[in-house]
Amino acid sequence: MPDVQSMVVEFVNKLRKRKIEGSQATAKYTVELLRSVISQHRVPHANQAAALIDAVKAVGEQLVAANPVELAVGNVVRRVLHIIREEDLSLTTAAMAGLDLLDASDDDDEDNCKGIGYPAMSAAVVAAARSTLRPPSLQTLLEGTPESATVPYTSSSGADSESKTADKSSITRKLKHDVIEGVNQLIHEIAGCHEQIAEQAIEHIHQNEVILTLGSSRTVLEFLCAAKEKKRSFRVFVAEGAPRYQGHLLAKELVARGLQTTVITDSAVFAMISRVNMVIIGAHAVMANGGVIGPVGVNMAALAAQKHAVPFVVLAGSHKLCPLYPHNPEVLLNELRSPSELLDFGEFSDCLDFGAGSGSPLLQVVNPTFDYVPPNLVSLFITDTGGHNPSYMYRLIADYYSADDLVM
Amino acid sequence: MVAQKKGGGARVSEDAEEQSRQRLQAILLADSFATKFRPVTLERPKVLLPIVNVPMIDYTLAWLESAGIEEVFVFCCAHSMQVIEYLENSEWYSHPNLVVRTIESHKSISAGDALRYMYEQQTETSQILGDFVLVSGDTVSNMPLADLIQEHRERKKKDEKAIMTMVIKKSKSSPLTHQSRLGTDQLFIAVDPLTKQLLHYEEDKIDLAKGSVCLEKSLLDGNPSVLLFNDMQDCYIDICSPEVLSLFEDNFDYQHLRRHFVKGVLVDDIMGYKIFTHEIHSSYGARIDNFRSYDTVSKDIIQRWTYPYVPDINFSGNRPLKLGRQGTYRACDAVQSRSADVGASTVIGYGTKIGNGDIILNSVIGNGCSIGSNVVIEGSYIWNNVTIEDGCEIRNAIVCDGVKIRAGAVLQPGVVLSFNVVVGRDFVVPAYSKVSLLQQPTTEDSDEELEYAESSSGAADHLSGVNLQMESKASELGPDGAGYIWEVCEGAHDEEWKHSVASIPKDKLAEITQAIDDDDTEDESVLPPSGELKSDADSINTDVNDPNDDYYYFEKEVEGTFLRAIDENIKVDLVTLEINSLRLSFNMESADCAGAVFYSMMKQAVDTPHNSASELYRNASSIMGKWKELLGFYVKKIDEQIEVIMKFEEMCQESPKELGPVFTQILHFLYEKDVLQEDAILRWAEEKAGADEADKVYLKQCEKFIQWLKEASEEEDEDDEEEDS
Repeated sequence: MPDVQSMVVEFVNKLRKRKIEGSQATAKYTVELLRSVISQHRVPHANQAAALIDAVKAVGEQLVAANPVELAVGNVVRRVLHIIREEDLSLTTAAMAGLDLLDASDDDDEDNCKGIGYPAMSAAVVAAARSTLRPPSLQTLLEGTPESATVPYTSSSGADSESKTADKSSITRKLKHDVIEGVNQLIHEIAGCHEQIAEQAIEHIHQNEVILTLGSSRTVLEFLCAAKEKKRSFRVFVAEGAPRYQGHLLAKELVARGLQTTVITDSAVFAMISRVNMVIIGAHAVMANGGVIGPVGVNMAALAAQKHAVPFVVLAGSHKLCPLYPHNPEVLLNELRSPSELLDFGEFSDCLDFGAGSGSPLLQVVNPTFDYVPPNLVSLFITDTGGHNPSYMYRLIADYYSADDLVM
Repeated sequence: MVAQKKGGGARVSEDAEEQSRQRLQAILLADSFATKFRPVTLERPKVLLPIVNVPMIDYTLAWLESAGIEEVFVFCCAHSMQVIEYLENSEWYSHPNLVVRTIESHKSISAGDALRYMYEQQTETSQILGDFVLVSGDTVSNMPLADLIQEHRERKKKDEKAIMTMVIKKSKSSPLTHQSRLGTDQLFIAVDPLTKQLLHYEEDKIDLAKGSVCLEKSLLDGNPSVLLFNDMQDCYIDICSPEVLSLFEDNFDYQHLRRHFVKGVLVDDIMGYKIFTHEIHSSYGARIDNFRSYDTVSKDIIQRWTYPYVPDINFSGNRPLKLGRQGTYRACDAVQSRSADVGASTVIGYGTKIGNGDIILNSVIGNGCSIGSNVVIEGSYIWNNVTIEDGCEIRNAIVCDGVKIRAGAVLQPGVVLSFNVVVGRDFVVPAYSKVSLLQQPTTEDSDEELEYAESSSGAADHLSGVNLQMESKASELGPDGAGYIWEVCEGAHDEEWKHSVASIPKDKLAEITQAIDDDDTEDESVLPPSGELKSDADSINTDVNDPNDDYYYFEKEVEGTFLRAIDENIKVDLVTLEINSLRLSFNMESADCAGAVFYSMMKQAVDTPHNSASELYRNASSIMGKWKELLGFYVKKIDEQIEVIMKFEEMCQESPKELGPVFTQILHFLYEKDVLQEDAILRWAEEKAGADEADKVYLKQCEKFIQWLKEASEEEDEDDEEEDS
């Protein structure tokens, strides 16, 4: 327990000092931290799920407060909470289904299960309850019938294999086990999101196309390289992404992998856009309305793309999907970094001399990290589950998060 | 795993791995050893004063922690109890990556004392194992340190004498006031461009009027090139080797880190130790040294130069504020009236209430303040729990915790209100005044004086006592106010505006500009002297220029040499040797030598006591007779002889009463002694013939003599002709 606590403190410190950057790295660290929180948490006998949720929430709140702009942290915390709720529910239904079966076979246990407090219910009812808890998404609607049929089956078989007396403790252990299993899956998913997205590259990038991108994103890099590996030949324009010039790094990587690359300034985006077939950018976060938080300059590129009817494609791993709606995103979901990235302090120090003159600084430097792209400018989202329309994002988000966790 | 403390044995092994595993340590001086923040620092140590609502020491510690420092020794001196108590209650004591240890010493009155104390402690416990970072607790920075420490270590490995690396940052100083942004004096440093070795450090003794800086010649001998900066700012962040501590121990008179230690190492060349510099470009680093730098650094923080140590990031247990548009930081629970106008670059703390019609610009307002209606706050720093009643006007002031400003009061620019002061209704606090509940200490020993009042409990007693006293006594701040207005110590009054929170007033700037313009016009007529004061006689001369100036010094030197020659009876050839070398070093003509030698002789003659002109003549003739050879050595050519005569004439003009009567006599004497040839005298006479009447005084005086010379020469000529024919 103290071990986890120190890990939490360390991670919080890193987040506070802005020492950890990039949503994927943050997401990975967060989910691994939460896994150890869960695995080391002593679960009481009653109401284990709630205890776990509380533990995760407590840690999650600290993490979110440490850097509220890094939305991936909140996303992952909510995903983990969602996993706990899901597993709890499936266990409950399984238990109830098992009890139901037991009821039919052995009446002696009836007092027992009444003492526990589970009303006897048919498996179908539980399944129905479960599907109502989760809002009907396209996926669940399509897969609805087999799911409700399979759930009682698998769980009842699981319940059957266990002895009746160890029922309670096994549920406890099983919940934790299942949750950790689910979290592992999430870790796997976050680690593999690049490949998942890159797999779809071939469907989107065609021969002899010109692709424009801005800033540096690992997802975009993998996406482009995947297309290259499939023998597609195309050109890439990289807007350098001032003031951090991460585009330069991306260009270096692309050239190292043998892609035809052209570096342009951010301000040349509009001039070049008419030659571009598609704009592909990596997102920092995708909001529930389909709006995108991306590196600064992205909004300009999106507007240019719209003007010339060039598709604007956003790549985002599922951990970047944020269940929140953006309010005043330019300010509230932004991070203003040091002006030293723009200006050399020494050169401008006489402009910043407050002693002489009016005393109020005449020179202000604003260096935002992020830009907000409204959903109407985005043509397509490519996530690890496939391509989606901006207006569909809220459905996708409903699949990943429980409504209870939206406000932490 | 954090490296365990190594014993004395481990220190011996010097291999690289050992070095790199050495834990990074820092010494933080939690005392400024200065009185610039008085009267505020009488009640609270400087490092705990809030800057943008966070105590200064938190900025320093947060930076040290994130820069990878593992152990910090906080040296507490003034108000040590308060510092220790604060640290104990803060999250720093339980920080996983940073071990904070406090060291308490009440005897130390300077940084030098503090380091000596550290050294003494060190010999007992050996806490400082290797290189350490030396900062003061009022440093705000975000520079990375690990690489710099590595660089320092590697340099140290190559060169045992490289004991310190000093961090500098480019920052232009104001051309008008010669003052840096931080309110300190302009800094001149000389650096070797290749090795970055610091060669010269000049902080306070620059003569601004002249705009010149003196470098030692030897500096240029040893180094092929020297970079001289006047736009650098000293960040007061030093990477030191353990030798620094022992140096302080050896030189017990070192007090100030820069004024004594750095100067000592540079000028006195102690054991060949070297100091190197490291310039930071993209990172920030500044020390809050006075109220002006308090203002400047606050604004830099608000403008995010210190990122990530900015108010909207929770970097050290502070509650983060929300950053809005135009750089306004606001606590989520601050209450603001709709009619209040909160302008750009403003910070509003937790639980603060802002009333109707308030105008707040460029200011920082702390936690739990309540501000009435129609208050104007501009460029000010209001700390915590301050009450400001309706209609007050506050411009460029610092208002400490618990102050009450009653309705209608006005704080003029540059005011500092210390803790719990009450400003009476409609009272106008005059500009630049410092107000405290404590009375000004009457004995102002020196500016090195320590800022503390014995122990904290004692201070508290003292405080309450004063409070009681206040109630009975009529206040200096209006009938319902409380507090003493401190008198500005004499001499500092003119300088007050330089270090105040308020920006330099327009009229002051105009004054300085005026002064500089005046200087410029003067410059056109008279070039500034490059050294000591000039004699009056010289400054009367309107056409003084550089060579003349040099000549003046040359003359002095020759005179000195000559006097010594007389006193010590030095041989003529030795004197000539010496004068020749002077001639070379001053780059003078031989004619100048002649003039100077003659001048020295006459001066000597005049200076020897005499009663009448004839006595003076006797003096002169005896000296010149004795040193004829010396004079003869220099007056071989006609030009040189003319120079001598001119010089003589000049001297006579300066003191006509003394020398005037003997002019002809001495001229004659010189002619007779074959020092002057008749050609020279005649040529001089010809030159002078065309001059003004005033200049002809001496020509007329020796008219007869010249006539005689002319006749004699004619006769000779005739004789020659006769002989020829």
